[in-house]
Amino acid sequence: MHEIAATFPILSTLIFLPAVGALLIIFFARPERRELIRWSALGFSLLEFVFSLYLPLTYDTANPGLQWVERGVWIKRFGINYILGVDGITLLLVLLTTLVTIVCVLASWNDIKVKFKWFMAMLLFTETCSLGVFMSMDLFLFYIFWEAVLLPMVFIIGIWGGGRKLYSAIKFFIFTFVGSLFMLLGVLVLYFYHGAATGVYTFDSTILFQNPVIPAVQFWIFIAFFLGFAVKVPLFPLHTWLPDAHTEAPTAGSIVLAAVLLKLGTYGFLRFSLPLLPNASMRFAPLLMVISIIAIIYGALVTIAQKDMKKVVAYSSVSHMGFVMLGIFALNIDGFRGGLLQMINHGVSTGALFLLVGMIYERTHTRNIGDYKGLMKTMPVFGAFFLITVLSSMGLPSTNGFVGELFILIGAFQAYPLYAVFAVVGVLLGAVYLLWLFQRVFMGDFFYNGKHVLEDLCFREIITGAALLILIFWIGLCPKVFIKSMDASLNEVVRLVDVNSKKALAAAQPPVVAAVEPQAPASRVGR
Amino acid sequence: MVQYVWLIPLLPLIGAFINGVFGSRLSKTTVGVLASALMGVSFIIACSIFVHIISLPVHERSIEVSVYNWMTSGQFSVDINFLVDPLSTLMILVVTGVGFLIHVYSTGYMHHDKAFWRFFSYLNLFVFFMLMLVLGGNYLVMFLGWEGVGLCSYLLIGFWYEKKSASDAGKKAFVVNRVGDFGFILGLFLLFWTLSDSGIHSLNYGEVFAHAGSIDPATITIITLLLFVGACGKSAQFPLYVWLPDAMEGPTPVSALIHAATMVTAGVYMVARNNALYSLAPFTGEIVASVGIFTAFFAASIGLVQNDIKKVLAYSTVSQLGYMFAAVGVGAYTAGVFHLMTHAFFKGLLFLGSGSVIHAMSGEQDMRKMGGLHKHLKFTSTTFIIGAVAIAGIPPLAGFWSKDEILWEVFEKGHIYIWITGLVTAGMTAFYMFRQVFMTFTGECRADEHTKHHIHESPKSMTVPLIILAVLAVTGGVVGIPFFEEGTAAHHFLNSVFSHGAAVVNHQGAAAHDSEAIYGGLEFILMIVSVCVGALGIFLASLMYYEPMKKYAPSFWKAEVMASKFSGLYTLLYNKWYVDEIYDACIVNPIKRACAACLRFDLGVLDGMVNGAGWLTRFAAWLSHKFDIYVIDGLVNSMATGVSLDGRILRRLSSGQIQHYALVFVLGLIVIFGGFILGY
Repeated sequence: MHEIAATFPILSTLIFLPAVGALLIIFFARPERRELIRWSALGFSLLEFVFSLYLPLTYDTANPGLQWVERGVWIKRFGINYILGVDGITLLLVLLTTLVTIVCVLASWNDIKVKFKWFMAMLLFTETCSLGVFMSMDLFLFYIFWEAVLLPMVFIIGIWGGGRKLYSAIKFFIFTFVGSLFMLLGVLVLYFYHGAATGVYTFDSTILFQNPVIPAVQFWIFIAFFLGFAVKVPLFPLHTWLPDAHTEAPTAGSIVLAAVLLKLGTYGFLRFSLPLLPNASMRFAPLLMVISIIAIIYGALVTIAQKDMKKVVAYSSVSHMGFVMLGIFALNIDGFRGGLLQMINHGVSTGALFLLVGMIYERTHTRNIGDYKGLMKTMPVFGAFFLITVLSSMGLPSTNGFVGELFILIGAFQAYPLYAVFAVVGVLLGAVYLLWLFQRVFMGDFFYNGKHVLEDLCFREIITGAALLILIFWIGLCPKVFIKSMDASLNEVVRLVDVNSKKALAAAQPPVVAAVEPQAPASRVGR
Repeated sequence: MVQYVWLIPLLPLIGAFINGVFGSRLSKTTVGVLASALMGVSFIIACSIFVHIISLPVHERSIEVSVYNWMTSGQFSVDINFLVDPLSTLMILVVTGVGFLIHVYSTGYMHHDKAFWRFFSYLNLFVFFMLMLVLGGNYLVMFLGWEGVGLCSYLLIGFWYEKKSASDAGKKAFVVNRVGDFGFILGLFLLFWTLSDSGIHSLNYGEVFAHAGSIDPATITIITLLLFVGACGKSAQFPLYVWLPDAMEGPTPVSALIHAATMVTAGVYMVARNNALYSLAPFTGEIVASVGIFTAFFAASIGLVQNDIKKVLAYSTVSQLGYMFAAVGVGAYTAGVFHLMTHAFFKGLLFLGSGSVIHAMSGEQDMRKMGGLHKHLKFTSTTFIIGAVAIAGIPPLAGFWSKDEILWEVFEKGHIYIWITGLVTAGMTAFYMFRQVFMTFTGECRADEHTKHHIHESPKSMTVPLIILAVLAVTGGVVGIPFFEEGTAAHHFLNSVFSHGAAVVNHQGAAAHDSEAIYGGLEFILMIVSVCVGALGIFLASLMYYEPMKKYAPSFWKAEVMASKFSGLYTLLYNKWYVDEIYDACIVNPIKRACAACLRFDLGVLDGMVNGAGWLTRFAAWLSHKFDIYVIDGLVNSMATGVSLDGRILRRLSSGQIQHYALVFVLGLIVIFGGFILGY
């Protein structure tokens, strides 16, 4: 279609470079050489980020199709291919992933005490797998990466986590694994149905996009996909793994979980559910919007009642990701734009919040809000960073959160005004829990009775945080470039949903001519 | 010159940035001078723009300056742009002018504060957002400013964050404002949605107003009502006014700048700016005017009995804002904006004066512990009294002209009840203001010896702004003096902005304009009535609180006697009609309970189901393990041959690990599910 083949396998390079880095670290770095390990991890993540910058620099924003496409046959007999491609939907997510990995490496600089090299390797593996999910255009390859990303994450939580780390890791694993199996089932059903209908058995999504299956089948596949994707989002009521996983994960784990892994679910909806299953998507959209709104408000209410800083941020993710879902299932271009932009925003803002909470945890070894207050006095730079992040998370105009929420609300308003009304209630509650958190931790007389020294941010921490703060204002003040990069591809999704839903309907109806003409039944019998 | 209008907000922003980032390393003088000087330059630019605008012919006095494209998506495109017209010019003059004076004042007032630089950084940032609000050429830029000033208000109210009450007040202000914004943003969506239905994909004022006529009346009524909800939040109108009295926790210059002169008038500005929409929605107008005048009365009634010097002024501000809404509600936009301007002068003056008093009293705010301060604080008390006279509506001070114009317009447009309420409120205003003056500046000083010893007049940096504002409070009414042919100077200046609205209103009120001469006479009579009411208020206050007059007062007219005689009413007023308590009981606590309930649901039910499933699986595992040992193994053992291989496989399957059981469980589900699909 509009595909641009790659002259150089840049995407494969991007996917596997971190993995190569991880293997090098595992095999060649001795565990006690922390300096070497962290600098090489930083080096690889920086190199990866620099490479990934090649994409926006050479990206053709006018082209809605995949770019830098690599195609290869993997298992010919089953129609399994190795297809990578990046378009407007994935471009920003890829950049977010490569940036966030740097942040994670820096956040773990001193944080991780045991099995340091394995931790760094796991971070890099996570990057490989997440990039693989975002770039795979073959459903089977997608599924492989989708499952693969679970493993390093489970280890990160289960080995380097705190408190109930094993419980959390297993819960996270089972939840997502069960969901993914349903998704696999959906993929297989799709594969067989498509094969039966067209004679072409393939997992190649670019081909599947062109021949949607009939609505009745879509219905079931959608449910299967939904279970896979919604767990990752996570959508109410499938979210209960999230607070545990986030709370027990080490800082870097929380960041990568919030910034990248939660995006896999919403990405899946936008990338596969909508164009492949347009009729089912339309059918489920009102229900999903209602669930999203419940998630937004319920998530916010539960957040207000939290006493652990990480839990506050974790539950606020439920609310924020509800916004993303609301935008996507508004099923219009404004909603898509808002949804996709809000994925990036949530990655940046919530990632930054976890980073900052991690910084205070590293100093005090407690995340309990009641254990300290008035931190503004001793840590003013930290306080300023935290405040800006909180404001961005609240969606204050001139920060990124505002632009994303604005488009989502416009999209939701167009779908059904009442949805927007309820969603705005969520925005209101967001201000409550975030400002309250800020007030309890940073305002009031200074109080901290632990034995640790509370120093303000060091240079490394300032650099790490500043990278995300710059993005907060950049997206907030000049969202144009970001929106432009995604617009063509999102319009393509709108078009695909429209065209495919009609195609699917047409395919489901027996041909009108056939019903009228007398010889038609005969021919069917003949078949 | 006009194309450089973006400099006006940019300069304070630069100041905020420099002071915010490097301020801790700069000297206090540098910080203060930098912040004030940038404000001064902004004011000069604003003046030159004002001169430029006046020099233009009336119909060319609306210039749009676009800075850059903020966001574009499809046909929808929003610029960061500015609209320079008489209304925004007047607003930037007030904001930069009063803002500059308050910056100068703050260099004196905040001199002992350790976080001096932070204060000026916030203050500059506030001015930046306020200027964006009033200069913005479309709704989103206005909203940017709207939220931004809310943020700065939050930061500045909670400036002394060590105090719990201050940080609570800041949060309350922000959250209540967000409730208002809830309406505001929904109004914007509805407006945007309605217009894009008819092919307008712009939020620029010009285009929106030009097509306002095509929106059907019901929709426009809803839009304007929703926008008014936002105004109620920002401009502290009933029922969302509750944050403003608490906001007095902030430093006094903040109260003067944000919570009297500028930010709280944003709602009035917004309604005036949208006069093209509001005049198409007469029902909304009624609501706005009614809410406004009710708030004016309600807040004044609370102000009658407060003892905190700033709280009185806070309720007075709420009350005066009510007057402004009454004016814009009945379509008297010029009168509303005129009062906004004079109010900025005299209320700014009163707050700064109260700050000077608090400064002298070593932080004491309770008027019962003041008294006799006139002897010590000549400048402060003189300027404060000028401000009090102005707000009491005594000619020829500024407040008289603007308040009288509102009352006259209300009367002329036939809203008799609003007029009567307004008149009564004017009397109450005069009463509580002079109660304050007498309690603070006359009689014997009731402070303790230590405080008394420290009473001193404030430094020049504080008194000079007071004097300038006092001059403005005296003369600021000139632009609104009627009796010239064809309306006032303010009318002339603002007319082109309000012509949308005026066209409709004049059309409706054409009959009322039959005979100018009679109305001229009637206007004069009403003017005398309102002066008398104001004078009566002052007189009654003097009988009760001014020592030399007390002996003429009848025996029942004493504060203590009245308080005990009408103890129910007094308690009600003293406790501010218990509105905060009602909100706590009806809104805050139910939400808290809902939060707790949701948390219990999350942990108990949802997570309980998950853990329950986990437990069930483990139980099943245990069961099958037993089954394995006793039944299978028993069978195996009894057979003792051949089948050992199967046993080993089974044992591996039932290894007791959760994952395996989950896997089996899921595979089972898949089989069922798959069968379902295939059978479909």
